[in-house]
Amino acid sequence: MSERAADSPVPPAAANAATPSTNAPSVPELFRGFFKVTITGFGGVLAWARREFVQVRRWLTADEFNDLFALCQFLPGPNIVNFSIIYGWRLHGLAGASASFIGLMAPPVVLMIIAGMLYERFGALPEFRGGLTGLAAAAAGLLIMTAVQMAEPLWRKREIAPALIAAATFLAVGVLQWPLLWVILVLAPLSIALAWRAVR
Amino acid sequence: MKDDIGTLFTLALLFTLLSFLSVGGAISALPEVHRQAVDLHGWMTDRQFAEIVAIAQAAPGPNVLFVTLIGQHVAGIPGALVATFFMCGPACGVAFFVARAFDRFKEKPWRRAVQAGLVPLSIGLVAAVALIIARTADRDAATIAITAATFAITYWTRISPLFALGIASAVGFAGIL
Repeated sequence: MSERAADSPVPPAAANAATPSTNAPSVPELFRGFFKVTITGFGGVLAWARREFVQVRRWLTADEFNDLFALCQFLPGPNIVNFSIIYGWRLHGLAGASASFIGLMAPPVVLMIIAGMLYERFGALPEFRGGLTGLAAAAAGLLIMTAVQMAEPLWRKREIAPALIAAATFLAVGVLQWPLLWVILVLAPLSIALAWRAVR
Repeated sequence: MKDDIGTLFTLALLFTLLSFLSVGGAISALPEVHRQAVDLHGWMTDRQFAEIVAIAQAAPGPNVLFVTLIGQHVAGIPGALVATFFMCGPACGVAFFVARAFDRFKEKPWRRAVQAGLVPLSIGLVAAVALIIARTADRDAATIAITAATFAITYWTRISPLFALGIASAVGFAGIL
């Protein structure tokens, strides 16, 4: 993102010109784009959004996408939701932010509520118990895979301190089931201090 | 409990707090949701929690939407909407207003330190989620085998996770589990 686009508090008509990516979308295109990635986005929307917005539609370059997403990860709130609001606002102000946000959230929320109604109605029936048992077991495998994939860079770079922080977080929250607030208040500053020493 | 304003208020408060604590991604909030929903409030059993998370994983859309199902289980459709809104609204509002300021610090070492420092926490939290779900879902040799197979397929091949979820529920539905 260019400095100009990042800075503008008011919907910037000029941001389109200042943004190096060529195909900045219109408001309806924003809605359609986020709609598409969210309904195809099984297992999280990030990978799909990157493919669609960077490679297929070329709204953003890979670097612009990574920069903006890193910012959204850093800020509080669900990452991709932040992404839709900030990106939509930068291009078209309130209309852009609303189009992106509604496109991203409305379809899966409706689907989720329907799924929830089916679960509440039929989930306890013996015919569906087996299916749900299998689904939950597979979900556990998927979560283990995600954790291992995330931890991989630590192994590869032989980073001892971050690995210990990750292990301590796992122990405190997963095994001992301590409240998240206290675990974060203690471990986050410690981890950031260690990272600070490493980046300096 | 279904129409209880107090319950909706509790949900709103819980998810507002969690939205600020979910470091790295919404999924990091899951262990705390489990602690509150199962252990503290008794809104659901371990098993219901695991199933709800599994359904959310199988559905399309942002990962954060597991809160929609949790809210719905606790307080119906109002619960679903309250949980979703408060998990996104307040934190995204803050994010929106500080995005400008923080973007300027992109190259500053302290920002890189904060970002790098939060990574190990989110790894530990996702591992904790995996443990919490596995502890409930894996109760015999067959379910452990499904978990292991799903891990192997999704980790070592490029086959879609959806395929693994589909096969696993089909196997269960056929009465093998």
